[in-house]
Amino acid sequence: MTVAAEPIITEEVKQKSPGYWAGVMKRFMRDPVAVGCAVIILLLILSAIFAPYLGLNDPYKASMIKRLKPIGFPGFPLGTDEQGRDMLARLIYGGRLTLFVGLTPVVLAFFIGSSLGLIAGYVGGWVNTVIMRTVDIFFAFPSVLLAIAISSALGAGIVNSLVSLTIVFIPPIARVAESATASVRSLDYIDAARATGGNALTIVRVHVIGNVLGPIFVYATSLTSVCMILAAGLSFLGIGVRPPEPEWGLMLNTLRTAIYVNPWIAALPGLMIFITSLCLNLLSDGLRSAMNVKD
Amino acid sequence: MFAYFVRRLLYVLPVAIGVSIICFLLVHIAPGDPLTAIMPVDATAEEQAAMRSAYGLDKPLPVQYAIWIGKAATGDLGKSIATGRPVANEVFAAVKNSLLLAFAASIIAFPIGLFLGFVAGYFRDTIFDRIVTGFAITGVSVPNYWLGIVLVIIFSVNLSWLPSMGAGPGGSGEWAWDYAHIRHLILPAVTLAVVPIGIVARTVRALVGDIFSMDFVQALYAKGMRHSDVLKHVIRNAAPTALSVMGLQLGYLLGGSILIETVFNWPGSGFLLSNAIFQRDLPLLQGTILVLALFFVFMNLIVDVAQAAIDPRIKRS
Repeated sequence: MTVAAEPIITEEVKQKSPGYWAGVMKRFMRDPVAVGCAVIILLLILSAIFAPYLGLNDPYKASMIKRLKPIGFPGFPLGTDEQGRDMLARLIYGGRLTLFVGLTPVVLAFFIGSSLGLIAGYVGGWVNTVIMRTVDIFFAFPSVLLAIAISSALGAGIVNSLVSLTIVFIPPIARVAESATASVRSLDYIDAARATGGNALTIVRVHVIGNVLGPIFVYATSLTSVCMILAAGLSFLGIGVRPPEPEWGLMLNTLRTAIYVNPWIAALPGLMIFITSLCLNLLSDGLRSAMNVKD
Repeated sequence: MFAYFVRRLLYVLPVAIGVSIICFLLVHIAPGDPLTAIMPVDATAEEQAAMRSAYGLDKPLPVQYAIWIGKAATGDLGKSIATGRPVANEVFAAVKNSLLLAFAASIIAFPIGLFLGFVAGYFRDTIFDRIVTGFAITGVSVPNYWLGIVLVIIFSVNLSWLPSMGAGPGGSGEWAWDYAHIRHLILPAVTLAVVPIGIVARTVRALVGDIFSMDFVQALYAKGMRHSDVLKHVIRNAAPTALSVMGLQLGYLLGGSILIETVFNWPGSGFLLSNAIFQRDLPLLQGTILVLALFFVFMNLIVDVAQAAIDPRIKRS
């Protein structure tokens, strides 16, 4: 006698359980500080992108008679700079280059550094030795010194800043990626995948990347604040963005001479760097706890 | 211990050579002929040719490197384009001032960072912990070149309490531990101390918090040990990591003071470096970066060896 197989999977079970990222999102949204910082960063990025549509004054228009006007001067809500240009407009336009040069290197270094770390950690042997010893050499420089050394040799300019900062952040990311990959590689399921004949590329793609990308990503976000400060610092030293482009570090530098005339105007661009870097750090901490990544 | 020291030294040597190669290549990644970079713009063709052979710029790169590093090893880092003086002399005088500033900053930063971190780790998840954590994250987030400007605005411009720049009477050469000189040290040292305070406090907080939740602390309490004696054990456990963080920070302070020295016109290596950048004085740039980077490598070595000396767990691994 045959019995028709009863479907044992009920509708309820069939429903997909909420995934990892849904859990991360849920935990993240419960962290008011991290959400607040995410909103601030988003507002800064949006105002930078849509700066031309915000009805601001021309950020390049100088005026000899309206130099260094105080905060609240009619027509200039945040006053004017040492050439009589509108501070509010320059601060918002300044976000464009500052955020671009401050964040792009970490993104580039994330891709290059994780690739190098994955290769070194998975392949091992002499490949590991070559990659990681080279990384060690760059790691031997304090990050500020390395960024300044490469930037000053290459000369001022946006592309040169991007290159030098990317080089600065590849080694730390490669190190984290290598150690994460090496520890995953020694787990049994990787041996199992190899034993069943999976080739290296497939194993890395299917089994390794998913397990190491989280920690590397969180680590990379923790570098964004340092990168912002460094990028603006290069412009502050005169080896980053060239004048007359509005950029917070460069503005801080040119306004330094004005601290005896109108000190608080001179402090504004630095305040923007500070707020952004603080929010990036708090956001990274929020992501770290939402994703349950341990140090 | 000795074997460990030798092993570390053998590891450091290739890194130091690599660092020197990068410093050597700095002149060559600069756009244009390296000769124009190391010569005044008004040099004649004959002078250029003389310079080319004097610097060996007509030889292949590896040979050039060998010549350069050989000279550097004997203390000859070339001549500054701007002043014509030997780079080694300039760098040596400047590094002395930078070390002074870095030590002053660490004297401020380390006790405060250790104290805050320990209190926060001990009173984990209390209001104390929140305040210290908030302070620490603010400290590591602040662009210190901006903080320096803000402190100048407050204490020099508005209150007129402290000088805003320089290293006091006598300029860069004559430092003395008197009131007139120490006044000049206060603002840059405080500015430079803020980031390491944040980093040390964060590290020690996590460290002490973790150690208090370890089984051996429970065991010590269970066998009836006094609270103050348990604290000694916790401190002894936290000491090696805390010391290594502080050692590394001292190295970072020397390399990281470049921007602060520029803000305060402090006559140190950073100020020298920013002048070299401004004048495109590449031999000076190269020499300063080489000395600073090698100092950092050396600092790392000392930290590792010191850590192994006080932490028996490291030698075993």
